[in-house]
Amino acid sequence: MKLLHERGRAAIVHMDWKLLTGIFCTFVKIGSAAFGGGYAMIPVIEREVVSRKNWISEQEMCDVLTVSGSAPGGIGVNAAAFIGYRLAGIPGATAAVTGITLPAFLVILIWSMLLGWFGHQPAVEAAFKGIHAAVTGLIVVAAYRMGKSAIQDRTALIITAVTVILLLNDHMHPMLLIVFGLFIGIILVKVKERLGLKGSLKTPGESKTDTGYSYTDYYIGDGI
Amino acid sequence: MLWQLFVTFLKIGFISFGGGYAMIPVIEHEVYARNWMQEKDFLDAVSVAGMSPGPIATNCATLIGYKTAGLSGAIAATLGMIIPSLIIIVLIAAFFYKIHRHKSIQSMFYGLRPIVTGLMVYAAIHFAEGSAGLHAGPWEAILTIAIVIFSVLGLLRFRMHPLVVMILAGTAGIAVFH
Repeated sequence: MKLLHERGRAAIVHMDWKLLTGIFCTFVKIGSAAFGGGYAMIPVIEREVVSRKNWISEQEMCDVLTVSGSAPGGIGVNAAAFIGYRLAGIPGATAAVTGITLPAFLVILIWSMLLGWFGHQPAVEAAFKGIHAAVTGLIVVAAYRMGKSAIQDRTALIITAVTVILLLNDHMHPMLLIVFGLFIGIILVKVKERLGLKGSLKTPGESKTDTGYSYTDYYIGDGI
Repeated sequence: MLWQLFVTFLKIGFISFGGGYAMIPVIEHEVYARNWMQEKDFLDAVSVAGMSPGPIATNCATLIGYKTAGLSGAIAATLGMIIPSLIIIVLIAAFFYKIHRHKSIQSMFYGLRPIVTGLMVYAAIHFAEGSAGLHAGPWEAILTIAIVIFSVLGLLRFRMHPLVVMILAGTAGIAVFH
């Protein structure tokens, strides 16, 4: 990591345009290859950045993905920012994030135009009825996978149930709920320690990728 | 309008833990509160977001921005969504490289994960409620439920790619609802 860090610092001083263009192009390629949410990008990122370009080692990639998966935002965008920063500082991070975002952005613009023209055709409306049902299925699967790693004990199950009830009754702003969630875990773990209960902070149900990065099994239909 | 789009998605970007589908209720809440979209358009937007490359929540932001304020709206919303990622990751990469090993961060996720799960469960219930096929008639409702079940099986049992599931469901939709 040190070596990368030094390279990053050198790039900030010199504004290495060749490196920045390389970063940008690589992440454009990654961004256009990954359909199906952020977690679908992981194998593509690993192949390009670790195997082809040799920009970072497998061990570093593992750390990058752990941080990217838990920080807010999409894992693909986060990983791009991380790798870009390590290679060429803030300009590198910006180049990488712009690169990985651009293909999706263009595809979305094309989709919006097509929908504007053909969205009211009966056949398209019929297709969307089917797709809505499929998206419901995707969310069910994402929730199931997330639940498998999140609900480790009774406390977690109760939190999940209360969240759903609050949302269904329209009692709480979903954004506040997440902010609240940032604190409740810390409080609960403290309380449990006081009471002498053992709390497990591990995440079961993990899968492993080529580089040995293990992620919880809720990747399908993830995003951001 | 552009500023409002940018700020709204900037706020969402800072708290978007746990992936795209967990963010649907959050985005939806903001969209209806500001009258940016009708329910049907929002469901279509989520569907299109899932059928495009890249993160689902960012794709949603782009679509909502485009729908409300054209190209500049799309840019404002997308920037709002990705700038938090950029800031937070650069901070972590520069200063708190080992942050995820820290115990209080781990206990933070212990509490956050069930809430994210709850958001996803709610998103699934709510999305099913709103989907057009369910209210078109009893026959259509049964078909819609059948597609939901086949999608879940396709993803879990047969490990199908989400995009394939959506294309199949779209084709089925044309065949049965048209």
